[in-house]
Amino acid sequence: MLQITGLAASIDGKDILRGIDLTLPQGEVHAIMGPNGSGKSTLSYVLAGRDGYAVTSGSARLDGADLLAMTPDERAAAGLFLAFQYPVELPGVGNANFLRTALNAQRRARGESELDAVQFLKLARAATKQLSMPDDMLKRNVNVGFSGGEKKRNEVLQMALLRPRLAILDETDSGLDIDALKIVAEGVNALRGPNFSALVITHYQRLLDYIVPDRVHVLVGGRIVRSGGPELAHALEADGYAAIAAEAA
Amino acid sequence: MSAALAETAHSFLARYEGLRDHLPGDGAARQAAAAAFAASGLPGPRDEAWKYTPLRALTEIAFHAPLAALADARAPSALLPELGMPRLVLVDGRVQPDLSVLPDGVHISGFAAAPEFGALPGGGRDAMAALNTMLAEDGVRIEVPEGVDAGVLAVISLASEAAHHPVDFHPRHAIRLNAGARLTLLELSRGDGVYLHNPLTELQVGAGAALVAVRLQEESHSAFHLSGTYAEIADGGSYELFLLHLGARLVRSEIDVTLAGPGARFALRAAQALGEARHADITTIVRHAAPHCASRQSVRTVLDGQARGVFQGRVEVARGAQKSDGYQMSQALLLSPDAEMDTKPQLEIYADDVKCSHGATIGELDADQLFYLQSRGVPRAEARGMLVHAFLAETVAALPHAGARGLAESAIAAWLGARPA
Repeated sequence: MLQITGLAASIDGKDILRGIDLTLPQGEVHAIMGPNGSGKSTLSYVLAGRDGYAVTSGSARLDGADLLAMTPDERAAAGLFLAFQYPVELPGVGNANFLRTALNAQRRARGESELDAVQFLKLARAATKQLSMPDDMLKRNVNVGFSGGEKKRNEVLQMALLRPRLAILDETDSGLDIDALKIVAEGVNALRGPNFSALVITHYQRLLDYIVPDRVHVLVGGRIVRSGGPELAHALEADGYAAIAAEAA
Repeated sequence: MSAALAETAHSFLARYEGLRDHLPGDGAARQAAAAAFAASGLPGPRDEAWKYTPLRALTEIAFHAPLAALADARAPSALLPELGMPRLVLVDGRVQPDLSVLPDGVHISGFAAAPEFGALPGGGRDAMAALNTMLAEDGVRIEVPEGVDAGVLAVISLASEAAHHPVDFHPRHAIRLNAGARLTLLELSRGDGVYLHNPLTELQVGAGAALVAVRLQEESHSAFHLSGTYAEIADGGSYELFLLHLGARLVRSEIDVTLAGPGARFALRAAQALGEARHADITTIVRHAAPHCASRQSVRTVLDGQARGVFQGRVEVARGAQKSDGYQMSQALLLSPDAEMDTKPQLEIYADDVKCSHGATIGELDADQLFYLQSRGVPRAEARGMLVHAFLAETVAALPHAGARGLAESAIAAWLGARPA
């Protein structure tokens, strides 16, 4: 499914990722935990194709295809979805229009037929209901005037509609209260299955109580220093990153 | 003035000399305008108010007077939108009664039938105003009686290309709302081919009257549109102008508003969208001549290719015009490294208890917004189009008439669709 080999990347000449090896098999959910500045967000942006990052070595393959050779929209059409840590506001772009444009662009890229407004609204209303989101969220401009929790829920709504094969959740738990956290976790869990994989990037173990990962990887200084089962997240919570980092060094 | 500008000015003067005895109205006013135009010529690069809008391109074209008979016979009805409202239609600057549908409750006449020149600020010595006064043959005159709500009325200017050579026309419009009257105007200019449309509009908004105008400039991409609007707003009256520059090779809309009585208000919401080597200029002068008046101006400009945009906004607050409230904002989006925006705000304040401010931004498309859209699967070109559309959407959404919104939407969509990705 996702195969990352020796991935190194820098920004403005500064090395951030220093050789990441990671295999995410189909149908599994892995967590990446790490302290601030360890490269968690850089990893998610490099995989999604944001400008400004230089990949200096290594590769990332999605279902065998070279992810790094694709434009961001091609990666999305190939099944990659990044839930942003800081979702971007789009004044003047209605949420429903945004979602439908995105969905139809992906369907077009995959050679599928586009959805008309009626078909789309039916899907979207069902998805908002499932995420306990008010219908007017579809009418508002994308993320404009949304609270932190609403923005994160809107990310999960997009994920629910776009149905990616691989989701990367970049600190989706940050700034969420416990109720919002549960809704977000339910949104992710609802997608779990043999055709869905996820990388859940988080600073805290809390989210992993609700989205229980198959594997946990610890990212420190741009490298994965340790991998283990879900119990590793609890060890981190108890002992802190410093102990793990020292042990790994 | 350059030799080329002088030559073009001379050809307009020669036209006037040939026509003067046949032109309607006050010969003395025309003669004074001709003398002023002979002295000033066409505005050139040394004219401060025209520094950012050179008229060189105008001098490359040999303009002729439109032929009335041809225009009547070959009205470009394909350009005439079906709006389902009363309308006054002009072809090549002449009112076409056959194409017009007159409204009720409003006094309508043509300038040719009732020629009158109003008193313009500065004696009408501005070069383009003088050119209009010198050559005006027709135009619309609209008067809304006291207290009457006249609803919506379209004034549509079409250029016919009937004569198969470039034409110039200088319609003279006068619109008067008496006290407490209301009117929504939909002003539309369209055409084919090469021409110069130089309309001058005199507006009188009476006490407590309200004029809302939606002006859609969709001229041919080979045309020149140089318009002057001179408005005087009495106490408690308001003039709300929505101005969209979507066409023309070169356009300048000069808006001169005098807030003459206490509590008068002016609001401008404008958008310009252009590419290639086209040019669009909005120049405003708002005179706060009485206390407790308010003006609001917001201009959004999108430039692609080698296009050039201009917004010059001057706010003058007279001595004694206390509690004046003036605000202007210019926002420009540059889609190409070769595009250029010139913004020039000017505040001239002679009263001490006023609130006046201005702001300007010029930027590119936001990289984070582009990445966000692309990360959702929207290809880059489509994402850029969505963000440009979003930048203009607020102005279009504010248009107070559904028909006008539809026309603006399709003009913007056509422009976005025609843009190279």
